[in-house]
Parts: sequence; structure tokens; C-alpha cells
Amino acid sequence: MAAHLSYGRVNLNVLREAVRRELREFLDKCAGSKAIVWDEYLTGPFGLIAQYSLLKEHEVEKMFTLKGSRLPAADVKNIIFFVRPRLELMDIIAENVLSEDRRGPTRDFHILFVPRRSLLCEQRLKDLGVLGSFIHREEYSLDLIPFDGDLLSMESECAFKECYLEGDQTSLYHAAKGLMTLQALYGTIPQIFGKGECARQVANMMIRMKREFTGSQNSIFPVFDNLLLLDRNVDLLTPLATQLTYEGLIDEIYGIQNSYVKLPPEKFAPKKQGDGGKDLPTEAKKLQLNSAEELYAEIRDKNFNAVGSVLSKKAKVISAAFEERHNAKTVGEIKQFVSQLPHMQAARGSLANHTSIAELIKDVTTSEDFFDKLTVEQEFMSGIDTDKVNNYIEDCIAQKHSLIKVLRLVCLQSVCNSGLKQKVLDYYKREILQTYGYEHILTLHNLEKAGLLKPQTGGRNNYPTIRKTLRLWMDDVNEQNPTDISYVYSGYAPLSVRLAQLLSRPGWRSIEEVLRILPGPHFEERQPLPTGLQKKRQPGENRVTLVFFLGGVTFAEIAALRFLSQLEDGGCSEET
Amino acid sequence: TTPGLILFFQSGRRLGTGVRLGLGLRMNRTKGDEEEYWNSSKFKAFTFDDEDDELSQLKESKRAVNSLRDFVDDDDDDDLERVSWTGEPVGSISWSIKETAGNSGSTHEGREQLKSRNSFSSYAQLPKPTSAYSLSSFFRGRTRPGSFQSLSDALSDTPAKSYAPELGRPKGEYRDYSNDWSPSDTVRRLRKGKVLIFLKRTLSKEILFRELEVRQIALRHLIHFLKEIGDQKMLLDLFRFLDRTEELALSHYREHLNIQDPDKRKEFLKTCIGLPFSAEDSAHIQDHYTLLERQIIIEANDRHLESAGQTEIFRKHPRKASILNMPLVTTLFYSCFYHYTEAEGTFSSPVNLKKTFKIPDKQYVLTALAARAKLRAWNDVDALFTTKNWLGYTKKRAPIGFHRVVEILHKNNAPVQILQEYVNLVEDVDTKLNLATKFKCHDVVIDSCRDLKDRQQLLAYRSKVDKGSAEEEKIDALLSSSQIRWKN
Repeated sequence: MAAHLSYGRVNLNVLREAVRRELREFLDKCAGSKAIVWDEYLTGPFGLIAQYSLLKEHEVEKMFTLKGSRLPAADVKNIIFFVRPRLELMDIIAENVLSEDRRGPTRDFHILFVPRRSLLCEQRLKDLGVLGSFIHREEYSLDLIPFDGDLLSMESECAFKECYLEGDQTSLYHAAKGLMTLQALYGTIPQIFGKGECARQVANMMIRMKREFTGSQNSIFPVFDNLLLLDRNVDLLTPLATQLTYEGLIDEIYGIQNSYVKLPPEKFAPKKQGDGGKDLPTEAKKLQLNSAEELYAEIRDKNFNAVGSVLSKKAKVISAAFEERHNAKTVGEIKQFVSQLPHMQAARGSLANHTSIAELIKDVTTSEDFFDKLTVEQEFMSGIDTDKVNNYIEDCIAQKHSLIKVLRLVCLQSVCNSGLKQKVLDYYKREILQTYGYEHILTLHNLEKAGLLKPQTGGRNNYPTIRKTLRLWMDDVNEQNPTDISYVYSGYAPLSVRLAQLLSRPGWRSIEEVLRILPGPHFEERQPLPTGLQKKRQPGENRVTLVFFLGGVTFAEIAALRFLSQLEDGGCSEET
Repeated sequence: TTPGLILFFQSGRRLGTGVRLGLGLRMNRTKGDEEEYWNSSKFKAFTFDDEDDELSQLKESKRAVNSLRDFVDDDDDDDLERVSWTGEPVGSISWSIKETAGNSGSTHEGREQLKSRNSFSSYAQLPKPTSAYSLSSFFRGRTRPGSFQSLSDALSDTPAKSYAPELGRPKGEYRDYSNDWSPSDTVRRLRKGKVLIFLKRTLSKEILFRELEVRQIALRHLIHFLKEIGDQKMLLDLFRFLDRTEELALSHYREHLNIQDPDKRKEFLKTCIGLPFSAEDSAHIQDHYTLLERQIIIEANDRHLESAGQTEIFRKHPRKASILNMPLVTTLFYSCFYHYTEAEGTFSSPVNLKKTFKIPDKQYVLTALAARAKLRAWNDVDALFTTKNWLGYTKKRAPIGFHRVVEILHKNNAPVQILQEYVNLVEDVDTKLNLATKFKCHDVVIDSCRDLKDRQQLLAYRSKVDKGSAEEEKIDALLSSSQIRWKN
């Protein structure tokens, strides 16, 4: 189970087991048969750590989604609500509980808050007169969810918005908590580096939390050598650009949620089925994407232009393997062939799926508009014409392309010009408001507040300095056999990952000047280890760095980090 | 007690104490002192500032604080933690002393506790060999042993930024009051359930806001909280108090999204017009109001026309949706579709919209073109690009470039003759040829090849036209013509 988690340098199954154990313990507290009422949002993240079978082993007989009015009938002793601490959810729970009381035998109610209990919510339950109905009110700190052998996620979509827009640092606290959990399982991380205001705060919280645990020494030999905390707002450019890796494009076009993607079903219609395929599936095709799938592990991080050749090569290998059956003469040979059959069939299924996905993506990437958009992005990122109104953007607005697309481009231009000239900014703003509605004044203000869109102040454009020093733009990119991380955006090397790269070699001291231009402080902290736990470095042994993005990461950045880790170090990336 | 709102921060101590600290209670008092202090009516110890009317406000807050205690007692069955971080009962004397230890260079224990429980001081003692920030130097910053830590004292030199201090700042400046409000602490307490922002009765708003003004982190929490529980009124009061005028204006404006009734929404937008937005935004807000006002008039009128069934355009092209709350450009499109020929004087005429909202030519032409092309009103399209000069000659001109015109016409399934006419007007030869090829305007392609003297391309194009068609004949005639000097 979840074997793909143990492939990496760090065995993340340990973490998965720990969170599963905690879940089991809670379930066992509520003795007897139970039904779980789910905050729908949580089912995705929970699905990554436990299947229904696990719940069933602990007498979970029914599962519902949280909805107003009455709970569906269920002959169980316990009703457990799995919810995020949100006030509006409390109202629904109260409604459920109140309408329940009037019927039949009484049942025990419990609440499991994920990831944190909240007094505010409990107060709301109290105001609604139901707080007393709950026997267990507990929290389940599902902070970091293992995604892949080298990837953890907090799955908190709103972290960026909360931190930078609303000044709500709750997610930072969760991040620090998660990192503490990680250290409890994998040992203290001796060195912490960071860049950005939020990174600083997370580091502070970690250090303080550690101090509070002084009683118990962590006696686990450290698995990670370094932790790098990066604020998303240090690098706002990268997420604005279109990702060009296979996985990145799947996300750009269809959106990957909790490692699942939903695809249009037409391409996945079962072929050559006896009844002539009369009923095409109408429901979206849902696929899980992770490195447990051999083929996907191979192509996910490749530039999309390099995916086609891999797929066709694979196709040849697989059909050759199937041809083998003609050569199988002896019973032994046939037996061997048959024993390989399941594996081959899985490979063929996987190949069929990815060929279909690649076709879907290709339809998009070969379109004229995609090409035009990419051209404009690349012009901006290489510093061309960032200071005037861009024709393509203007056209997009006139043709009422999706607002997200327009805003991404405008923000990209703003970031690549250290803010737009007031006249240019005002022009874009007016066009956007007139075309998409005046209420987007609010949208634009939010973008300004988050620093994504701003007027240029001081008339100075720092981007060229940053670009040149960090070599963010590479003219000669090899998409097939990359030599530099810039392949993930076909020319642009993600700033965040460049920072990670330069940190490991030759160190940040060489780029002090640029670090000062980028927002927020940069820092380094040491967490002293008792002598017994200090690593004696073998020559040729690689360091393991944990990179933590505060406020989200793109798949292309993950790809770039994986590329780096192949080049030199063991890496382990992670997002919030 | 005045009903209303109270902001409440419980940081592991008795609720009442929390507020008292927040109000600038003199420190280092024993519990008995405190009680006496709070139940007496000597307000002099407060050191807000010298305004006389503080007195009445303080009376109110004192009442509120006292009533809070009742509230706490009522709550005794609740499982709120009442034990401090060291396990001592909250509110006990020794606890209070520790809580305030940093002020007066008190016992070592006190420091230790402080050290472990607030992020700021822990930050201060990070191993930074180059810095002089030892914990002791931090506390040395307090120069008056036993002196009162008055609130105003603390306020004066701990602005918001100090909660996320940067290296290189003189430590002595920090007063431990800020510790109580360091972001990590606050967040931590919030999540551990140790901060309860509890809104129930009033602690005079003015005082509450004043206190929060200097505690940016707590302030942010309150703002976030007010947003979450949807207390718009208090939020606006707060912004007003803080003089965050633009935020106030935006927050007020945001409300309109919750108003469904168009007339009420319009009236609401009217109240937004005078608000302190930036100059550009003010203009946009004004436009937003005007637009909705127009839309209401147009909607009423057109709904009537449509149901009467007398107007051809509405019969032929029934409206798919109401125009209310649509963006400006959409409204312009609508008006070009249904009201194109109306005189400038009517609200629904496109020209009127163009003037009122100062819609740029480009935008106007694009929209009108799309609307008229959709109706296949080719004469209108023609007129859109025809200009007369003073000699009376007509000339074709398109502010958006004819290549765009062609694209839009094509999107609206214009017949080839029409497309051809506009493809021909594209100035750049390559673009023209590309468009003509793309949209199968054979004549234009053939003529362009002839003009470019590009025999090869013409030859290649021959395979793309129908066999035996007029176009093929035309190509053959050209290819065999001896008049043309082909370049290839």
C-alpha cells in the first residue's frame, strides 16, 4: 500500500503511518458503530492517507456529506462530524443535531476538527445550544499530507490569500506545526534557511515550539540536512507563467486536485467493445496522478515537447512485448509470458491513458492563441516591451477571453517591470472594468494588495538585475535533454528554484545584492544537535534538503527541483 | 451594561485580567490590589492621554470589564483552560507576577517563563554571535524598576513592525507588552483556543479601537474575524476610526454584491460615490452607478417592448437574459444590437453610451461591429468604416485594423463576398495573403500572387480551388499570360 511513498530519499510512509495511527486512535475512542459526516472539502485530503477500508475496520458503517436539515437515517451508535473549523459549518452541524434529537433512540455525537479546534466554532455551537451534545470534541492535525516519494502538501488552497491579503497567519502556524511533526518523525533539521517575511515567522515559531519541548530530546538521527523556507511572494513571477511540463500543463488545463485530475471522457471511451460503443461515458474521467505509475513517473516532469517521443518509444516496447507470445514455444516460456501479462496490461492501460491526455493537451498547445500567449509571456520574462500597453493583452480583453488569463498576463507584465507605469496600469484597469464589470475594482485592489499588480514606484525597474544575476532567462534551452532547470518553462528558470540551487552551490553569500532586492528578510538558523546525532559526512554523500514553499508551488517548480536533485543533491520538495 | 460588542483576548489567564492588561493596568500589583483598583473609582492610573472625556468612556469600559467577569463565572462549566502554561492556576498572584515580570527586572523564574512563552524574546536570543541581543540586554531596556508600565508608554515605541523585528534594531526599545501580541503567539493562542475574541457586549468601541490601533496583529485578527462573522457595521466603524479611508470605502462598496434588488443596489451604489476612493476609482464607481441606473431604465423599457410583441427586433431575436448588472461593454453590445439606430438623446442609444462613459473609438467599433455582424447588417458594418473627407470622397478606415475586422466577420459567418471586401483592405501584404488563404477568399489570393509575381505560390494554390471552377480558370489564365514577369 502506498509503495510510491517509500521510493524517495526519505521514506514518507513513516509519516503516513503516523497520521493513520492517530486517526485510528480517535475512531476507537468512540466505541461502537459509527457514521461519519464529512465536510466535503476534507474528503480529498483524507483520501490520500486512508481508504474506506481503514475506517470500516473501525466500525465506520456509513458516510455522509455534511448538508443542512436532517441527517440521513443510519442505525449507528455514533455520529462523527469531520469538519474544518468554519462558522458556517457549525450552523449546519447544529441544524443536523437539533433535528436529530426529536426522533428515535439518542445517539452520541462527536466532532473532529481538522486541522485545529477552534474556540470560536465551539462558541458558535454553544450559542446554537448544541455544544453539550458532543461527547468528544477533538482536533486532528492533518498538516502535511504525503503526496509522493518526494512531495508533501498541506493542501491549503487559500494560504496565499490568507497570508498576504488578509494578514491571517493561521496557515503559517499550521506549517510550523507540520514541520515540527516532521522533525519528530525524521529528526531535527540542523540548518534552516529562509527568505521572506512568512518564512521568518515560521522559523520563529518552530524555534519557539522546540524550546517548549525542551523536556524531551529528539533522539532520532536526522534525515534532512537542510530546510529551506521560501515565501511565495519572493517569487510571484513563476506561478504567473504558463507551466510547460507535462504535469504542469495537465494542471494548467484541467486542474489537479488532491493529486486527482478530471478529464473530458470522450477520449477515454472504451474502444472495440462488443456493443459498438453506443453509450459514450458522460461523466468526467477521474485519474490519480502520482509516481506509483511507472510511465507517469517518467514523463510527468518532462517538457511537453519531449513527452511525445517517450510515449511512442513506450508503445513500441509494449507492442514488442506482446508480440513475444508468438515466440513462446515451450510451456516454461508461455508460463513466463503469462506471469508478465498483468504488468504488461497495466503498462498498456497507462500508455493508453497518457496518450489520450497528451492528445488533449496537444490540441491546446498547438492552437494559435496558446502560441501567441506564450510568445507574450516569454517576451515579458526576457524583458522585452514590458513598459507599454501590450497589443495581445488588449486583444484578449476585447475578445473577452477569460479574466484569469488576462489578469495573469497583466500581473506578469507588472512583475517583470517592477510595477507598471501609472498610465499603462490605468489603461489596463479601465479596459478590464469596462469589459468584465466594475465590481472587479475589488479584484484589482486585491491584486495590488498582494503585490501582483502595482504601479512602478521610483521609476526603477529591478527585474533586469534580478534576471541577469540569477540567470532567469536562458536563450538556448534543450527541452529533450535538459541541462538546466529553465526547461520547465522553455526558457525561464523559476526564480524560487534558482534560489534553492544557488543556496546549495555556491551559497547565498554570492547573491546578497539580489536577495536584498527581493522582498522580505533572508536568514539562516542552526538547530544544534547533540553530538551523538551529528552526521559524519562521507565523501560523495549527498545532502537532503527540504524545500518548503509558503503560499503554494507550481508543478513546474517541483519538476525543476526534481531535476536539481538528480543533478546533485537529494532533494525533497513540498508545498503549502 | 450597554449591549453591544466586546473584544476579548484570553491568553491563558482569567478573562477579566486579559482585558485589564489590555487597558493599561498598572503592573506588579497583588490580586487584592487589583480588585480594589478595579472596584474603586480612581481612574487616574490610566494613562491614555489628557482628554477629559476619557473619564466617561472609562466608566463604561470598567463596567464592561466587570461584567465580563460575571460572564466568565457563568461559563465555569465550560472546558476552557484555566491553567497557565506552567500549570499554575490562571489569575493566581504568582502567576500575575510572572506575567508581568519583564517590566521590573523581576525574578529569574519570571524571565525564564517569558523566555519560553513569547516569540519575541526567543527571537532576541537566537544565537547570533554578532548581535548584542542577549536576553539580559533585552530586559535591561527597562530602566525604571518598579515603574508602571502604562499603556501609552508601551504604545509609543512599539509600532507594528516591531512584532516581526529585523536584526539590527536596538533591543532596548522593545517593551514586553509587545510580547503579548506577537503574531506567532496570537496565532498560537487563537488556535489553541486561548484567545477568545468574544463579541457580546460593549466595551466602548472607541477604547477598544484605540487599544487595537497599536496592536497591529490583534487588529488584523479582529478585522479578519469581523469579516468572517459578517459584522459589516463594526468593520466600517473600525476602518473609520483608524482612518483607513480607502479600505473603508472598498469595504463599503463590496456590500453592493449582496444586494439583489436592482433599485436597492442602485441606491446603495449612490452612497458609494462620495467615498474616499482614489481619483481613478472614484470615476469608476460613478460610472458603475450611472451604468446600473441606465440598465434599469433600458430593462424596464425593453421588457415592455418585448412582451408587447410589436417590435420586430425583439420578436426575431428574443432577449436571452436581462441586461441588469452586465458589464459596460456587454451593455454597449446589447444597445448596438437592439437600439442601433436610436437618436443620441435616448438612454439606450449606443452613441449616448459611448459619450456618457467615454468609450474609446476602438472599443466602440469592435463592439458595434460584432453586434451588427451578428445581425448580418452588412450595410451598418460598411458604414462603420466609411469616412468622408472634405472633398466628399469616401475612404475606408478601421481604428482596430482590418485584419481584426475580418476575424470578427468570419466569426459571425459572414459570406465570402463580404469577407473578401475587407481582406482586400488589409494593408500588410503577408497578413492579407494569410487571411485570404485561411478564409478561402480565392480572388484575393490570386490577385495577391499576381501582384507579388509569385508564380510558384499561385501554382500551389491551384490545387486548393475546385476543379473546373471560375477560380481555376482565372489562375490558368494568369499562368499562361505573357504579360506578367514572374519572379520565380
